[in-house]
Amino acid sequence: MSINNIFGIAGSALNAQMVRMNATASNLANADTVASSAEEAFRAKRPVFQALLSEQQTNQGSQYVGGVKVAALLEDQTAPGQIYDPSNPKADANGIIYLSNVNEVSEMVDMMASARSYQNNVEVINTARELMMRTLDLTKV
Amino acid sequence: MFDSVFGIHERALELRSQRMEILSRNIANADTPNFKARDLDFSKVLSETKDSQAIQATHAGHIGGSGLSRTADMVYTIPFNSSVDGNTVELSVEQAKYGRAAAEYQTTLRFLEGGMSAVRKALRGE
Repeated sequence: MSINNIFGIAGSALNAQMVRMNATASNLANADTVASSAEEAFRAKRPVFQALLSEQQTNQGSQYVGGVKVAALLEDQTAPGQIYDPSNPKADANGIIYLSNVNEVSEMVDMMASARSYQNNVEVINTARELMMRTLDLTKV
Repeated sequence: MFDSVFGIHERALELRSQRMEILSRNIANADTPNFKARDLDFSKVLSETKDSQAIQATHAGHIGGSGLSRTADMVYTIPFNSSVDGNTVELSVEQAKYGRAAAEYQTTLRFLEGGMSAVRKALRGE
């Protein structure tokens, strides 16, 4: 029944948005971490969403074609910032420390967009549930 | 005997819930790159369902067809503005469509309720 599928589809979206919000939380938490080299510096994590267009693409056990899943968690490839600070214990031989490449402002914006999408899908579920209950009411005498 | 009580609304309810499913897919994929929003051409599908006789179950073990091949009848929506990531879902438009589809679903439910209460009245002999 289609109404049941709506719960699955919107649920998969809630899940994907939650992964996105978790990635944002991790990025913000690590915004101020420093490292001794550019390779070790923290890089912002970005989830990549993918639509589930056929049965093959759906995760094991879920049948909700048309939902969304997190296909990959990629790292932001922007070059990390550098600061000359010889007093820092993490500084390299030249006295340079490497910052994370997290942009706090864009992370906050991403978090708001993610929260808004989450709310949208909650609303979809609420409406579907209400209609389901009304359909059940047909059997009331 | 009761075949004509609900008329077209029985099939309409099925179609309306399928349309809501398709719209919920669009909303779920609002942030998916390259996702193309889809919709159901409701009046076209309904008229086809009405005209063509659905597969008849002539044996107790037959399973009736739903009369709608969903992938074939879906159309791609044309967005008002294009986006950089190739996604054609416009959230506000989809929200409005979903809200309206929910109202239409309730309309069909109301018709079904009317049919049921008529049958109930007839059975009670009121």
